[in-house]
Amino acid sequence: MWTLEIEPSGPAPVAAAPGQFNMLTAFGVGEAAISLSGDPAEPGRLVHTIRAVGPVSRALAQLRPGAALGLRGPFGAGWPMAEAAGRDVVIMAGGLGLAPLRTAIHRLLTERARYGQVLVLYGARSPADILFRRELETWRRRLDVEIEVTVDHAAVSDWRGHVGVVTTLLGRASFDPANTVALVCGPEIMMRFSAAALADAGVRAEATYLSMERNMKCAIGLCGHCQFGPVFICRDGPVFRYDRIAALLRHKEL
Amino acid sequence: MSAAVKEIEEIVREHPFFEGLLEPFGKLISGCAKNAHFQPGEYLFHEGDSADQFYLIRQGCVALEIKAPGRGAITFQTVREDEVVGVEWLIPPYRWSYDARAVEFTRAIAMDGACLRGKCEADHDLGYEVMKRFMPVLIQRLQAAQMQILDVYGE
Repeated sequence: MWTLEIEPSGPAPVAAAPGQFNMLTAFGVGEAAISLSGDPAEPGRLVHTIRAVGPVSRALAQLRPGAALGLRGPFGAGWPMAEAAGRDVVIMAGGLGLAPLRTAIHRLLTERARYGQVLVLYGARSPADILFRRELETWRRRLDVEIEVTVDHAAVSDWRGHVGVVTTLLGRASFDPANTVALVCGPEIMMRFSAAALADAGVRAEATYLSMERNMKCAIGLCGHCQFGPVFICRDGPVFRYDRIAALLRHKEL
Repeated sequence: MSAAVKEIEEIVREHPFFEGLLEPFGKLISGCAKNAHFQPGEYLFHEGDSADQFYLIRQGCVALEIKAPGRGAITFQTVREDEVVGVEWLIPPYRWSYDARAVEFTRAIAMDGACLRGKCEADHDLGYEVMKRFMPVLIQRLQAAQMQILDVYGE
């Protein structure tokens, strides 16, 4: 896992909204869509967190400080921060899915008085895989936000916190489901189960948002690589209202 | 009815696991119950032991663990207040398949599984009531295990 802090060398970048993404180019290798994971209050510092799994992300992860890379963006529809104002906000993140939500969490905490209860429920594979651990611990010390972390499994000597899937945290959380906006990001299976658990808890599908991931190329809805049924993830998403994609998520072919 | 017995019955019926339990069932079930507490690090039971109890957790946290060669003990689930530890008392051969360790000071109601099985055999309405409450625990555990096996977060 690598976090890149990018300083623009050209004109001032367009301010990105939480949940949007940029296309990053490793010169001579290729381009990849990477969500912004930094603090939106610092627009001059573009932060992206990547998992080095493919040729482009591996090349990006190997860049040394001062190296140049290409960037275009920001693209896509982000998290519904305006809609969340005045309401409780439940954030459910799984694995690397915490990165695209980190911008939303920063925004919520910066403008804390605008929102009701703020809960962050995060599931990771093991204690060693917890992303932004120091930051989670800092947020957890605040009295105006509830941060809960669970892992799928843990060595006894490593961990004294929750062990179990992320949906188990929901039952213990205190919020008003009828007046809640839920933001969910993680592996697609985790998001499906989380959206179902949120619905069981009384959160409306219309107030539940998922950040989808598909192979994106052009980022402007032209090439069709990220087509998801009738929508393009890059142009119409990556953040979608759950009721608009729930039926699509059930199709194995998509 | 003695004060101690009444107190146990109240505790059992107020525990979320037995929420809404009819009074006659509450009396029957409470007859198999006793208070228990565990210090941090103390084991409730060990893998391979006879599973003759289950526990309604009132306070604290219990880690369910399995020993893996070369990896030590691995926690696969934590159970906290308002939840229940143990389903093996329901199913032959009534044997624990993991260890349960108190992570912090833990107060619980320990239910005698053989006692409750006997009462469920004698009164199938009670048996159905108990099964309705344990089945969601079993299904949730199964679903959680499916997610954990899929290892959705990857390397």
